[in-house]
Amino acid sequence: MSDATQSRDLEAITTAPDRRPADLQPAWRQDFPIDWPLDQYVERRDFVKFLVLTSGALAVGQVAIVAQNWLRRRQGRPEMRRVAALADIPVGGSLLFRYPGEHDTNVLVRLGPEELVAYSQKCTHLSCAVIPEPDKNVLHCPCHEGFFDLRSGAPIAGPPRRPLPRITLEVRGGEVFATGVEYRTS
Amino acid sequence: MAKPDRLHFFIDPNRCIGCQSCVQACSECDTHRGESMIHLEFVDRAQSVQTVPVVCMHCEQPTCAEVCPADAIKRTADGVVQSARKPRCIACGNCVAACPFGVPEVYESRKLMMKCDMCYDRTSIGRKPMCATVCPSQALFYGTREEIDRLRPSSAPINQFQFGQQTITTQVFVMTPRALATRAARVDVTAALDEQPSARSVLLKMVPPDAAPVARQAVPADPFAGMEA
Repeated sequence: MSDATQSRDLEAITTAPDRRPADLQPAWRQDFPIDWPLDQYVERRDFVKFLVLTSGALAVGQVAIVAQNWLRRRQGRPEMRRVAALADIPVGGSLLFRYPGEHDTNVLVRLGPEELVAYSQKCTHLSCAVIPEPDKNVLHCPCHEGFFDLRSGAPIAGPPRRPLPRITLEVRGGEVFATGVEYRTS
Repeated sequence: MAKPDRLHFFIDPNRCIGCQSCVQACSECDTHRGESMIHLEFVDRAQSVQTVPVVCMHCEQPTCAEVCPADAIKRTADGVVQSARKPRCIACGNCVAACPFGVPEVYESRKLMMKCDMCYDRTSIGRKPMCATVCPSQALFYGTREEIDRLRPSSAPINQFQFGQQTITTQVFVMTPRALATRAARVDVTAALDEQPSARSVLLKMVPPDAAPVARQAVPADPFAGMEA
């Protein structure tokens, strides 16, 4: 303590306009010193605090990810649910639906007579809603110009780095059913 | 690396011939990308050809840094007030309004304040600032106190200036007539603004050392004191 204070006082050459000593100055003056050496100076205690807090936050984050995965697996596959009649969706057309929860919006695109794809509508960058553009074969996120491949959901341009969660589909007797959500990391 | 303590900057406006050498030399420096940090001011253009080179005075309590809301203006341990840190400067222009000498300038296109930093790239390795190397009349002089005393026997350096209620001590010295400097401690700049020089006489309102800054009115010590947690 005394060493640190001493070396700092030697370098503290700027006196405040009221000419009172540094100890009597308000705290902000010590937080934002005018002197370069003081501005660059990082106390060992501050550095250790930074190290402990950031590595702690990283560790907590890892645990949170593991817990999230565990919870998701425990929930099991969501129930199968009817989405629409196949005849209602023209080839090249799309449809919005909610699955598995009320707040999970997804987009279904009919690429060909027998080819159907469905993805979560939340962009993997910042959760904006993606818009299917079947003529260009992409899903477009207008927020930051992110693009996903329409056939695989993989990111092809812009800030997103992870593919969109895929909704697995099944066609039974002319009806389209959503059977599950496939979260992917790459 | 730091500016050697024995070397000082002296401005002698009397010797300035308005040749713009310092302005050109300053603008050739790479560290501020072609802009001149020197303001060559005319004192009273209608009446006189007298010019004054204005470089940063490097105050001991830099007003520009005091008012900076972004904590961008820093003073190195050798007393040189540096240009605004680029990552911090928000180009608000507070420093421009606050500096009593009118030194800082905001470059709107760069969103950055830049000011004279006494050629820190040169002075920190013991060289002279650009302007002082080229000044033909040595109105801008960089050297030791002994040198200036020997070269300018009839002048004396002064580095205290009174602006209203603010007394400013600077790193950079201004040469004043020795007769005046011996009986006074600082120049009252605000009072000098109203003075009209008669003929060729130099009139400077000098404040004797006894009349210390006690004449200051009670200023609220810290307007934000109540906001401290």
